[in-house]
Amino acid sequence: MNGKERIARRIAREVQDGFYVNLGIGLPTMIASYLPPGIDVVFQSENGMLGVGAPPAEVEADPDLINAGKQPVTELPGCSYFGSEESFAMIRGGHMDMSVLGAMQVDEGGNLANWTIPGKMVKGMGGAMDLVAGARRVIVAMEHQTKDGESRILKRCTLPLTGTHVVHDIVTELGWIKVTPQGLVLTEIAEGIEPAEVQARTEATLTISPDLKPMIVN
Amino acid sequence: MDKVVASAEEAVADIAVGSTIMLGGFGLCGIPENLIAALVRRRITGLHTISNNMGVDGFGMGLMLEAGMIASHIGSYVGENRRLEQMVLKGELDLTLIPQGTLAERIRAGGAGIPAFYTPTGLGTVVAEGKETRQFGDRTYVLETALRADVAFVKAWKGDRLGNLVYRKTARNFNPVMATAATMTIAEVEELVEPGELDPDHIATPGIYVKRVVVGESYQKPIESRFIRERMAGGAA
Repeated sequence: MNGKERIARRIAREVQDGFYVNLGIGLPTMIASYLPPGIDVVFQSENGMLGVGAPPAEVEADPDLINAGKQPVTELPGCSYFGSEESFAMIRGGHMDMSVLGAMQVDEGGNLANWTIPGKMVKGMGGAMDLVAGARRVIVAMEHQTKDGESRILKRCTLPLTGTHVVHDIVTELGWIKVTPQGLVLTEIAEGIEPAEVQARTEATLTISPDLKPMIVN
Repeated sequence: MDKVVASAEEAVADIAVGSTIMLGGFGLCGIPENLIAALVRRRITGLHTISNNMGVDGFGMGLMLEAGMIASHIGSYVGENRRLEQMVLKGELDLTLIPQGTLAERIRAGGAGIPAFYTPTGLGTVVAEGKETRQFGDRTYVLETALRADVAFVKAWKGDRLGNLVYRKTARNFNPVMATAATMTIAEVEELVEPGELDPDHIATPGIYVKRVVVGESYQKPIESRFIRERMAGGAA
């Protein structure tokens, strides 16, 4: 199991029966594959759909039926379609139980940066700023460090922000970190990893929870 | 009442240089392919576009960009258009990126006679810089203003000559809201039906918003993730 899969499998355990959930592009989308059996969850895609199903077989792809990552998807029974203005009204209006998205940087204050690198990358925030401002719980799913081994969990984000004080939890292949008013708390740790190693690979200061648990994945 | 025009060329014939145009679609899904193609043939310049994305290199609004027609753009995500990224980094295009929900709501407000509204989105980010903020309860909100356009291009599945429109699946996206927010809304439809054939309960855009209806001649409807994958592999466009 690689790091990304471990992250997706752990967050899948956090999704509860009856939840309405928006999954960001990339790693977060993998979560849908690892839901525990018997759990009824409705996935929202911000381009205007509730009840998003798995990708179709290549030949059955319908160009009028895509997710926010512009990939073909399928309908689940009970799905619905709506316009962008209504999609974001339900996001901003606090109707999403959970939003899981990737990040380039997160910091001790729960601030998040994931949409631009000045002078280098022009992509845009898409729906991320609305999702973090509106969802009842915001979980960042990302690999702990960059490919160059730099920490992504910082004392203060250096890139332009997507939202301020918006992140509730950070899940990486090394563990689960809760954002609290007192700072970042390591509450779960991956098998075979010592708390000192997590701190060594994190620029932000971590408090190790006295109740530290192993990170169990599905 | 008959809003049907004979061709996409006729539908776009009087659009002026320097117009502000909204274009529906999400990525390449639900975009007004035929109206874009007709406008590209006219090659009018100095356009100010408002659309969630900017097509891709070689399709959709990417064709307008490549033809040098666009002076400025407001959108939320342009990551699939490498040419645009290069133009912006070189300062050749005035690009304004705003949150997708704020974009949709600003357009909704524009069509609904609401000049401005407060939103929690973007507080504390560059999006809120220079904007008025106000506290309601225990949260602070950012004042955002309405967006309107001279022209809106929308794409529907079926429509009638009164301009009533029905959309299909996620090809709806920004189309109905943009239809409300322009002086001249032009709808292209895959299928034209007689008034009364559309179930009135299913009409997402009532005809009052639509000035012209044109039947799209052919639809390519590329699937964006596949289109880009093939382009990367040197297969397409």
